[in-house]
Amino acid sequence: MELLEGELEQIQRETENILSRHGTERQELIPVIQDVQGRLGYLPQPAMEQIAAAFKLPAVDVYGVATFYNQFRLNPPGKHQIKVCLGTACHMLGGHIILDSFERRLGIKEGETTPDREFSLERVACVGCCALAPVVVVDEKVEAKVSPIRVDGILLAFEIEKKEQEKEKAEEKQEGGGQDQ
Amino acid sequence: MNNKVNITIDGELYQAPAGEKLLWAALDLGIYIPHLCGNREEERPGASCRLCFVEIEGGRDPVASCTQEVREGMAVQTRTPRVDRLVRTAFELLLSNHKLRCGKCPKNRSCELQKIARERKLKLKLTRLRPLLTAELPTDDSPDSFSYDPNKCVLCGRCIWADHHVAGVGAIGFVRRGFERKVSTFGERPLQESICTQCGECVKVCPVGALTFKEESK
Repeated sequence: MELLEGELEQIQRETENILSRHGTERQELIPVIQDVQGRLGYLPQPAMEQIAAAFKLPAVDVYGVATFYNQFRLNPPGKHQIKVCLGTACHMLGGHIILDSFERRLGIKEGETTPDREFSLERVACVGCCALAPVVVVDEKVEAKVSPIRVDGILLAFEIEKKEQEKEKAEEKQEGGGQDQ
Repeated sequence: MNNKVNITIDGELYQAPAGEKLLWAALDLGIYIPHLCGNREEERPGASCRLCFVEIEGGRDPVASCTQEVREGMAVQTRTPRVDRLVRTAFELLLSNHKLRCGKCPKNRSCELQKIARERKLKLKLTRLRPLLTAELPTDDSPDSFSYDPNKCVLCGRCIWADHHVAGVGAIGFVRRGFERKVSTFGERPLQESICTQCGECVKVCPVGALTFKEESK
């Protein structure tokens, strides 16, 4: 994942800050990476390297802990977060087909974020409405009985929304520019 | 420190250095116990390969011999029906995601799995766990002198031990969990792009054909 401008500085500052509040004994490792994720929303690789250096551990060991537990994410959350349910009911009704559709359409794998940071894709285990299986939670909205066609529909809606926003912005700019003159 | 203790293994009386772990004591005495994950210098072994089971007299269940220190008067059985059953199952699970192409493998005839199969008369093929096999992973050919085929890795962790404690580099470690667990580098980059110094210590300790020197494979 490529970092945005100024993001590296922010990561280093936050990580430094969190490290200063913890010891560097091995048992502090998970609390530290939990805090870093809490502040930054994910675990960037520079942060993991910084933590490893502070704990005097090989960076790969920190990476190993971060990839072992499901609670840690290695990619920044997208502007739109897509969570595909693969609980028992959704699994039986083809949740993996839906996940597959998203992976193909977005060109990313589960747990990843698109390079433009518009979408992040996750799998979850049961969102508690099995009668609507297969379920996808897009941002906060529950999509019921999702089919691969609906996957296209969801993404198309975002595409249109984005285009309209850009158009509005462009118009505003034009108007603003007009007033200036 | 060099006190000896008397132990009985499979009915024979032996002497072993006090404080030694049973697995290594037995191996030194020429008694073979299957093992993959153990490192002799390790204070508290992970005991994760589940192959070095023995029964100790007075103990309730079979135990992993790499975790047991020899004691005076200890009586050990290396082959009992319960031990054999545990080893057979553990071996089958190890094979369930091991790419079995021995004919083409550079470690053919020097592979620890083949040795275990021969010693314990276990089959080197899989009949019922095949569907568990996950997709084939790419081989990492990036280092100059060796290559790494994760599909043959049995996750014993010997290479990681060598990397951390013998070479002192810290380039490789276990990543992910469950079926996706593998030995990899920070960020799962190719070895060439990691901090790996290509010292080859990890290749020397690999019991299977996962890490092999390139001349060997030709």
